[in-house]
Amino acid sequence: MIMFEAILLTVITASTPLVIAAMGELVAERSGVLNLGVEGMMIIGAVCAFIATNLTGSPYVGVLAGIATGAAFSLLFGFLTLTLVANQVATGLALTILGLGVSGMIGESVVGVPGVKMQPIVIPLLSDIAVIGPILFAQDLFFYLSILLVAGVNWYLFKSRSGLKLRAIGDSHGSAHTLGLPVIRTRYLAVMFGGACAGLAGAQLSLVYTPQWVENMSAGRGWIALALVVFAAWRPWRVLAGGYLFGAVTIGQLHAQALGIGLPSQFLSALPYAATIVVLIIISHNRRTTLINTPACLGKPFVPDR
Amino acid sequence: MRIELERRSRQSSLFAIVSPLLALALTVFFGGIMFAMLGKDPVSALFSFFIEPLLEVWSLHELAVKAAPLILIAVGLSVCYRSNNWNIGAEGQFIVGAIVGSILPITFYEWNSPLLLPMMIVMGAIGGAAYGAIPALLKTRFNTNEILTSLMLVYIAQLFLDWLTRGVWKDPAGYNFPQSRSFVSEAVLPEILSSGRAHLGIIFALIAAVAVWFMMRYTLKGFQVVVLGQSERAGRFAGFSSRKMVWFSMMFSGALAGLAGISEVSGSIGHLQPTISPGYGFTAIIVAFLGRLNPLGIIASGFVLALTYLGGEGAQLSIGVSDKVTRVFQGLLLFFVLSCDTLILYKVRIVFDRARNAATKRA
Repeated sequence: MIMFEAILLTVITASTPLVIAAMGELVAERSGVLNLGVEGMMIIGAVCAFIATNLTGSPYVGVLAGIATGAAFSLLFGFLTLTLVANQVATGLALTILGLGVSGMIGESVVGVPGVKMQPIVIPLLSDIAVIGPILFAQDLFFYLSILLVAGVNWYLFKSRSGLKLRAIGDSHGSAHTLGLPVIRTRYLAVMFGGACAGLAGAQLSLVYTPQWVENMSAGRGWIALALVVFAAWRPWRVLAGGYLFGAVTIGQLHAQALGIGLPSQFLSALPYAATIVVLIIISHNRRTTLINTPACLGKPFVPDR
Repeated sequence: MRIELERRSRQSSLFAIVSPLLALALTVFFGGIMFAMLGKDPVSALFSFFIEPLLEVWSLHELAVKAAPLILIAVGLSVCYRSNNWNIGAEGQFIVGAIVGSILPITFYEWNSPLLLPMMIVMGAIGGAAYGAIPALLKTRFNTNEILTSLMLVYIAQLFLDWLTRGVWKDPAGYNFPQSRSFVSEAVLPEILSSGRAHLGIIFALIAAVAVWFMMRYTLKGFQVVVLGQSERAGRFAGFSSRKMVWFSMMFSGALAGLAGISEVSGSIGHLQPTISPGYGFTAIIVAFLGRLNPLGIIASGFVLALTYLGGEGAQLSIGVSDKVTRVFQGLLLFFVLSCDTLILYKVRIVFDRARNAATKRA
């Protein structure tokens, strides 16, 4: 039982950054912007969170630093794609390349420096419940935030007026503009929300998942988060489910490596990436359902006529 | 203050040439600021980064060695991007090309024949094309996003190469180093001049660039690429198949990436090892855009990006900055290229709100 609990805890820790980053991207994509720079914003958030934590000794300052740098970085993307209508795919790639470079450069001074592990927040009484108590109510800040994020985004998108407008802008920016909705401003905010989430997810990596700085430590998680959004058909609760599926695959292969089953470790390490492809196939093969769910203006440039 | 865009009635041919140069200038300028922030004298840092590598014969050879894979991959990617297929997994196709091309010199390591090298090169290109065909198959058959699948395949290819060089293909006489047997001399791509390391790879790259330029400009295939890329509907009316174009562009760019992979392994490295590329497949994306997706422009931009690798290595030694500076420069450059490209299609006006309000009032 204790073994089982331990595995579940690690699954949650591995899933949380995926869920957080994917929730941010989901909002951006719902507004019609495809930001492929998640990986870059995540890694820059990771390194800045780590450095800020090291300087101040407080992981909470680190969390704020991660969020702020992720959001600031996404502004670069916003300026290029929204103001200068640059190609979104290429700009997202630029963001990732720049993020990997900048994080490697500023992180060089803290390679090998021991990190400050964030302590779990134990909720009294609830955490005493057998089995689920220690798993759900004695977690770190990021886990609680990820759940709040999913619930909050779901409420925002489908229950609030502002969320309705955001979806309208993502589905038809032309009509939304004619109705007087602020297309560009909404997209800027959505992109920044995405950046903030990616930065927060990065902070989780360097403060909780492996509390240290390793170059390229995001290891493609930003891209998996992007795939998760497709997997979830742009619906928040499905992001949660998908995130845990990927977390389980990641942890499963680690345990399989530890048990020394017959397969080479590299094949097991490739599993999360292979799983991403398989899942994309399953989700995308029905062209009709994908088309229904995809925000209609996703990735399309918008220039307001004056 | 706000920035307004006004669509030009036609593309500005002036800015089509000026915008990459402007992007370069901006990158160098901001690079200087970055060096200053790192506490280095910006002028001498920029000098040792961008100029010093050009002053010696051996480093000009190194420039050609690094430009070769970049140009080869980018030329293939330009066809892909022109046709609106987003292959960003060239790094994986590069690796698989290198692996498949190395089958002969590693498994039949005693075999030497003049046929060996041509066979390796063909196999390398086939390997890259086959790996590029996977996202094409998934896109045409299952409607899967090729950006994500081709990228995931990069990680898988890297891990597979790692397994090969630490496992079944590890050199039994290699003191347990994670690398394969060294290639016999018949399997090594010859150098073009006796003065340095530049090998036939750069010749392949130049030939590929000119051939693709010809294809894009003068052949029906090139026309199909452009039409389908700009409007799938228009292409369909013309009787062009967008499904076939997915296959063609992904396999074509994969083949060139694979060719780059085997050229790199047999020309510069001489054996397989866990890491064979400093991110050529990703940097080639920047090369393609800086060259404005034009094969001849890509030749020039390939050398520029090759210079950033060389400058990074040099600057590490001479002024003691991290070689990560290379990546930062590359990222900055792509940013500026993309923003300057706006000038080709749009007039950019900076409007100050006060002036704008006054103008509206008058109207």
